[in-house]
Amino acid sequence: MLTESLNYPFDAHYLLRKKKAIRRNLLQRTDLLEKRIAILGGSTTAEIKDMLELFLLKDGIKPIFYESDYNKYYEDLMFSNTSLEEFAPEVIYIHTTSVNITRFPNLQENAVDVDALLAQEMNRFQALWDRAAAHYGCSVIQNNFELPHYRMLGNMDSYDLHGRSCFILELNRRFSEQMRLRQHLHLNDINYLSAWFGLERWYDKFFWYSYKYAMSYEVIPLLADSVASIIKAIYGKTRKCLVLDLDNTLWGGVIGDDGLNGIRIGKETPEAEAYTEFQEYVKGLKERGIILAVCSKNDDANAREGFSHPDSILKLEDFSTFQANWDPKHENVREIAKNLNIGIDSLVFADDNPIERNIVRSQEPQVAVPELGNNVARYINVLDKTCYFETVSLSTDDLQRTSFYAGNAIRSEIESKYTSYEEFLSSLEMKAEIKPFSPIYLDRLTQLINKTNQFNVTTRRYTQAEINAMSVDGRYITIYGRLLDKFGDNGLISILIAECRGSELHIDLWLMSCRVLKRGMEHAMFDQLICEARKRGILTIYGNYYPTAKNGMVKDLYGELGFIKVKAGENGDTTWLFDIPTVYTNKNLFIEVN
Amino acid sequence: MNIEEIKFRVTAIFRDVFDDATIVLLRETTADDIEDWDSLAHISLIVAIEKEFKIKFDLIELKPLQNVGEMLDLIQSKILDR
Repeated sequence: MLTESLNYPFDAHYLLRKKKAIRRNLLQRTDLLEKRIAILGGSTTAEIKDMLELFLLKDGIKPIFYESDYNKYYEDLMFSNTSLEEFAPEVIYIHTTSVNITRFPNLQENAVDVDALLAQEMNRFQALWDRAAAHYGCSVIQNNFELPHYRMLGNMDSYDLHGRSCFILELNRRFSEQMRLRQHLHLNDINYLSAWFGLERWYDKFFWYSYKYAMSYEVIPLLADSVASIIKAIYGKTRKCLVLDLDNTLWGGVIGDDGLNGIRIGKETPEAEAYTEFQEYVKGLKERGIILAVCSKNDDANAREGFSHPDSILKLEDFSTFQANWDPKHENVREIAKNLNIGIDSLVFADDNPIERNIVRSQEPQVAVPELGNNVARYINVLDKTCYFETVSLSTDDLQRTSFYAGNAIRSEIESKYTSYEEFLSSLEMKAEIKPFSPIYLDRLTQLINKTNQFNVTTRRYTQAEINAMSVDGRYITIYGRLLDKFGDNGLISILIAECRGSELHIDLWLMSCRVLKRGMEHAMFDQLICEARKRGILTIYGNYYPTAKNGMVKDLYGELGFIKVKAGENGDTTWLFDIPTVYTNKNLFIEVN
Repeated sequence: MNIEEIKFRVTAIFRDVFDDATIVLLRETTADDIEDWDSLAHISLIVAIEKEFKIKFDLIELKPLQNVGEMLDLIQSKILDR
């Protein structure tokens, strides 16, 4: 379908070739809202105008354009201009780029000169914005600047006062400042767009020399979509609600088949981690005011159970409406809009299944249906880069404001310096869950036991069945450790298995993931082992160290914990003994356990 | 690639770009013969041709083209250089 090509990621070649047919197609809609948009360009804008039209039509805005002559953005706006005045723009888009910077500093200039040059450039743009506000009273969309094509000073270019990169970065900072001050001025962030797209692909010098386009035609759909989304936001036409499928969208696997323990979410596998990050992204959308809804083909009870998973970032109460049943999805989508009392054109439908996407797209064409694909690592891209939830103001959102201030508090804390490592450790606000093995973690336990090489005293490998057997066998103490800190959840990262033989306890396996070394987690694990051992009347603990090519870091682990070496084999194997004292003081000082 | 096949594929590009399925190209066809063939449409044509044949035009090659025939010959020679 032609209009599907307006979904991210864009095929610029296809759009360029088919734009007239797509336009013809989109113009068949009758409920279009007309808006007069003036494009004032500092380089060629023809293709940008055509693409912008498509992206606006897609969401029901029919633009009527005024287009300045080549590089006449300044003259057209600043001076008396009957044709622009008669046009009476409702939105002015100033399409300037780094080619429109009047002059960059030269090497002879000092800091004062450079500052004056910056002020001069700012004055030129501020005069434009003032003039637009006073004379036309309309919203203005303004590009910032992309980083330069070349760096005369190499890496220094971005911090030396004479560098072009440095100059552009400072201009962008000043632009942002103005955006905060001026209510009807909106930023089109081409600095981000060009970085995202890649500067090497952004610049097409052939296209510049031949036709005076400041960027490659391949990036024009992305640019046009960005401008269109700001215009839609100005007119309140952005999306308000994200409708989410569950299985293989919010978690890996099928909850109805795999059960709560079988779905992939958390930090334990790459796949689970990707779903966790996607859930975090969705949660972030919710926190900035986007309504969440579930639309899943599932039994209601099964679907809800998924959110009781300990690693699920999203909780049931994050969703404003929950449709889990076996009815066709387009009917559920309609139901969701009705429940929430919002237009069906404010929904975005996210589903990994192409068949479901198609049915919703064909039955409810006003619902935005991104090409989510079925690769969870790309979900965020697809949702984020299509700018469905673009907004021009957060000022009424008090919730957002509180979290903003909270964020500042964290940052300033990170910036402060620590006088000792202990102080640093306490600043991490670490919390651990240290408990007996539980079936929900079997996959991760197996994975960690079979891949950990460095912090691993015996390097014993076990199958899932063996691990499961030990976890239910009363002769074994099995402990896993999971560590959280203020930066997030490190997941399940440490495992300890020990076998009781009368009043003796023999450590069979003790390992820890390298991502949490030097946090004191081994102390917390050992404390827990002592605690479990005492419950069983254990008096003495034995530990073995079997050297391998990789586990040198735990050669003296037992010694550091207060064990006494009782045997040393010729191959380097050592055996250690620890008598549990009547009064044991916990070694862990920095982690809050359970 | 022979000139007839190139012409066939270039015709498809013209039909897409001008959204007109009735366009028939002759070697003698010029911009004057197709109503919407202005300098902006010309850019779209060039970009689409580059993509279709996986070629890149040089800065100096594009100006002097007089008609479709010259365009087809240039495409053919670029394909040979590829």
